[in-house]
Amino acid sequence: MAPLNGTNVGSTIRVAVKRKIFPPVGDREAQLVLQDVAFEVAPRSFLVVTGPSGCGKSTLLNIIAGLDKDYEGTIDLGSAKDSVTFIFQTPRLLPWRTVYENIALVIPDGDPRHAGIPAMLDRVGLTEAMNAYPERLSLGMQRRAALARGFILEPEILLMDEPFVSLDDPTATSLRELLMELWNRQPTTVIFVTHDRTEAIQLGTRILRLAPGKASVAQDAAVNLTEAQRRDRAAVLAEQNRIFAAT
Amino acid sequence: MAPVSTRSSSIPKLAGAFGFNAAIERLAWMVGSLLVFGIFWQVLADLLQNRYLPTPIAVFEIMGREAANGELWKHTSATLWRVAVAFVVSMFIGTAIGMTLGRYKTADRFFDAWLILFLNLPALVTITLCYIWFGLTDAAAITAVALNKIPNVAVNMREGTRSLSKDLSEMATMYKFGRWKTLRHVTIPQLAPFFAAAARSGLSLVWKIVLVVEAFGRSNGVGYRLSIAFQEFDVGTILAYALAFIFIVQLIEFAVLQPLQARVNAWRR
Repeated sequence: MAPLNGTNVGSTIRVAVKRKIFPPVGDREAQLVLQDVAFEVAPRSFLVVTGPSGCGKSTLLNIIAGLDKDYEGTIDLGSAKDSVTFIFQTPRLLPWRTVYENIALVIPDGDPRHAGIPAMLDRVGLTEAMNAYPERLSLGMQRRAALARGFILEPEILLMDEPFVSLDDPTATSLRELLMELWNRQPTTVIFVTHDRTEAIQLGTRILRLAPGKASVAQDAAVNLTEAQRRDRAAVLAEQNRIFAAT
Repeated sequence: MAPVSTRSSSIPKLAGAFGFNAAIERLAWMVGSLLVFGIFWQVLADLLQNRYLPTPIAVFEIMGREAANGELWKHTSATLWRVAVAFVVSMFIGTAIGMTLGRYKTADRFFDAWLILFLNLPALVTITLCYIWFGLTDAAAITAVALNKIPNVAVNMREGTRSLSKDLSEMATMYKFGRWKTLRHVTIPQLAPFFAAAARSGLSLVWKIVLVVEAFGRSNGVGYRLSIAFQEFDVGTILAYALAFIFIVQLIEFAVLQPLQARVNAWRR
């Protein structure tokens, strides 16, 4: 079994995608999605991959996750490769299982992490709804359940693909705060994909911007914000202007 | 157990209450409309006074007589047994074939023509061929019925397998569900509605074909009894057996298949 967080420093992720091409479909030509995208992610850093839609962010994440194996290049997750969790763009909960069951199902039988479910439900505010079926909950609540399902495993690597998209502003804000809280409690290595620049600055310790068309890394910048500043709109905006000034 | 919010707990209860009322209402409509049909039949039979159209009361008398001398139960139980075996065999084989074709494109391309062939093969042809090739046995009879039903189940289950969510299977992969957990919690719940639909349409198809098979080459069962009654032009007995069997099949539909279908759909909004 992989060591739990807090007991080791984790290993560096090394991503080197030389080329990723979508094969031609119908009368659409083959499309170059990613070219020479190479970077490393230090353990316990919160990397945000950003860029306009269609620039290959989600594709990159699927490659790192191992869901997409059709690419040229190498992905090295080191010793953490068996402890990777993915939080998807849609919640992808099993609609025929309750919230509690959805979370419990990702934990192997007899694993001590089962005991942590009630506390996790409490943290994400779903204790009352734990016996409800996902489709009876709001999208925001479904996303909370998806977060709980991801964090309950205490993964070494957490991949997130726009998990807060298509939510209204207050709901998205409260979910981002929840994510920060969960991550501060369980500082794991995160690769977070979003097209929302404010979200990128608020959450990330480092920003990787993919360029449209060129399909490669356009910018790699560290975010210099304290925990308190991340909750301050003005500070986030100032940092956003500093980092994205070039574009 | 932690407290459950009024929202999540009240919805299933309400749905249950609605379901109960709806069932009563549906039953009332059914009984009412059947009563009207019975009265219409009685009046028509009284008017025509023809020996080939007995009154419903006469038919029920025959049913009672056949039940009393044990003939009714002897024949219906033989038929029910054949229906049950043919039903289980065709659901099992049809599901296996359907899931394979839904999953493997090459197999589907190749066997699609076979499926169309068997779907359109008249029941009478499979029945006569099975009896000629395998003799007048129960095994031949059940094979003939299953051959008629299997393509139907396969088509349903193939559709279900094709529509399996790629999103959920990726989720199962990422969260290391493994084979058994994926089958039980991800695949089967998605296929259940297709299976339930195939089962409901399957039961009605199977029992009708079983009767034909029995009329052709068995020496017991409702189909056999009907063929004897036909030779004697005994319309009363034909109707008595037909009604008795319709009643039994409807009972299975109401008591087993419909609740089953409601259960597999319980999570839907």
